[in-house]
Amino acid sequence: MKSLGSIRKSFAPWNDPAATPYIRFENVTKKFGDFVAVNDLSLDIYEREFFALLGASGCGKTTLLRMLAGFEEPSAGQIFLDGQNLSGIPPYRRPVNMMFQSYALFPHMTVEANIGFGLKQDRMPRDQIAARVAEMLKLVKLEQFAKRKPHQLSGGQRQRVALARSLAKRPKVLLLDEPLGALDKKLREETQFELTDLQQELGLTFLVVTHDQEEAMTMADRIAILDKGKVMQVATPAETYEAPVSRFVAEFVGSVNLFDGSVSAREGSVASIAYGDGLTIAADNAGDAAVGDQVAFAIRPEKVRVASRKPEAGADNVMSGEVWDIAYLGDMTIYHVKLDDGRVIKSAMLNSSRLVDDPLTWDDRAWITFAPDAGVVLTR
Amino acid sequence: MNNGLSRFNLVSLVAGFAFLYLPILLLVVYSFNESRLVTVWSGFSTKWYVELFSNQGLIDAAWVTFRVALISASVATVLGTMAAITLTRHLRFRGRVLFTGMVFAPLVMPEVITGLSLLLLFVAVGLDRGFLTVTLAHITFSMCFVAVVVQSRLLTLDRSLEEAAMDLGATPVRTFFQVTLPVILPAVISGWMLAFTLSLDDLVIASFTSGPGATTLPMKIYSQVRLGVTPEINAVCTILIAVVTTGVIAASLLNKQREIQRARDEQAARQEGG
Ligand SMILES: Nc1ncnc2c1ncn2[C@@H]1O[C@H](COP(=O)(O)OP(=O)(O)O)[C@@H](O)[C@H]1O
Ligand SMILES: [Mg+2]
Repeated sequence: MKSLGSIRKSFAPWNDPAATPYIRFENVTKKFGDFVAVNDLSLDIYEREFFALLGASGCGKTTLLRMLAGFEEPSAGQIFLDGQNLSGIPPYRRPVNMMFQSYALFPHMTVEANIGFGLKQDRMPRDQIAARVAEMLKLVKLEQFAKRKPHQLSGGQRQRVALARSLAKRPKVLLLDEPLGALDKKLREETQFELTDLQQELGLTFLVVTHDQEEAMTMADRIAILDKGKVMQVATPAETYEAPVSRFVAEFVGSVNLFDGSVSAREGSVASIAYGDGLTIAADNAGDAAVGDQVAFAIRPEKVRVASRKPEAGADNVMSGEVWDIAYLGDMTIYHVKLDDGRVIKSAMLNSSRLVDDPLTWDDRAWITFAPDAGVVLTR
Repeated sequence: MNNGLSRFNLVSLVAGFAFLYLPILLLVVYSFNESRLVTVWSGFSTKWYVELFSNQGLIDAAWVTFRVALISASVATVLGTMAAITLTRHLRFRGRVLFTGMVFAPLVMPEVITGLSLLLLFVAVGLDRGFLTVTLAHITFSMCFVAVVVQSRLLTLDRSLEEAAMDLGATPVRTFFQVTLPVILPAVISGWMLAFTLSLDDLVIASFTSGPGATTLPMKIYSQVRLGVTPEINAVCTILIAVVTTGVIAASLLNKQREIQRARDEQAARQEGG
């Protein structure tokens, strides 16, 4: 696993202009009657990638998977897999397998028969089926449950049977629709890591759908953030968090403080953003924001420092206010500071020592500061 | 006090059950009557049952009924299941509403009309009335009952089961036989049993569509009763009741046991956790 980890570090085919995408959605639209579930969407996914589709419920994630699996035909546009146009190919002839949100285990078959079902359809010899099924059972650690029926299993075990069944045929691409959605929190966290290990071990391409951003960030190489059937951003987990391209993405992924304003001055990469009554923020990495542009400055709570003493003169981006609310989470504390102009800013401070000499409490005077390069300037 | 049976409830319960079961009970009791007179009790005897088995006419009729029921129930089950699948699965298929209405119309159609129209059809196409025509008629009218039973099961069936099968490489035909059919089998079997009993006790449609040499048991009983009720008839009916009751009780016991087993398994799986 160690060596794979180091391969992983340099795994970024999307930055390689010579790499050809493995799965390609080309201007795909899907309409149900008048309702547009997927709207002129284009997406490239590379071989061996762990790709996550992240979006709120109803944004068209499942529909996208179902079009790739062949259960729905796009109303317009094309889907390519390994260079082959998939249009008109029925689900049972596509080299992809899907793990269903409901698991869809066959209730009348044993675990063994469920896992072997796909192999049987390919008319694989019996002994080979048995060997592959045994291998799969071992992979998901369910050896002693081979003879059980699905209703004799717990939720977590069913999930693993569904996974084993969809992996048994060694599909080129595995589609997972909210694979961890039905599990409780602890099991979900364990399973996230199992899934990533499995994907790297088998060297498959995984396309996973989720509405849980933490899950997507933990597992995926890249994430596509969807809204109303459109892609808002495709990027690595770190990029989506640290460099969101729009207000929507910034607010959707994690928690954020937003300042709406306009660019009042520009000096190299640094922009001054005027917001409120004559207040400004100095923001580095302002991109192509020009003087006069309406922008939003976004900064994550953990990049905002809060202190009970006024910072020394000359520090960038100092704002004052009073402590409005405190949420102690153990590992960190979230402060809500009500600034003098009335807006409330969130700041997350790591509790790196057990005892704090100078604790802030409710209604205390507080100063917040952040570095110019701690936030991003959003033009959309 | 509120949960107990009040006097009024008790009386209505007894009256209701009496109304339902007293006639049947009387029939059963009198089938063991020594006397030929149906209304006079003169002692216990099983002689009518013995006599029954030497009544070739009744035995022939029973045999015809059994064969008609077996064949018509089986064919109706196949056709009804197919109709149910078309109705629930092919949602975009044009004229579905009309088709649905047409399949279910015989459910509410007076039997006399069904019987008469079938008779006219058989005469028009020049089919001699007999075993074949009764069987065809029974298929026609019991098919829609099967369709209703199977359709209600299909509507609650998780479609992703079939999609999962296709996703794993099963063609639609193999998906049907390996996944859909086994899962809906209990409903198909109940549909078959319903069709079988409907055929077994049908008098009206059989009277219209049957012909010489294909007299069914209900027809035979009815014609004999017109000449007067005999203890023999009571005996036949008692046997019929016994057969049907055994069937119903066995089926519900089996069902019950399966449910209990299932609940136990699920409980066990939950306790193991994981
Ligand atoms: N077969 C269908 N007929 C009509 N509308 C559908 C159908 N499938 C999905 N939709 C609609 O398309 C939208 C996207 O659905 P879906 O892809 O399942 O969303 P997600 O998986 O992101 O929650 C939803 O509003 C849903 O109601
Ligand atoms: Mg979904």
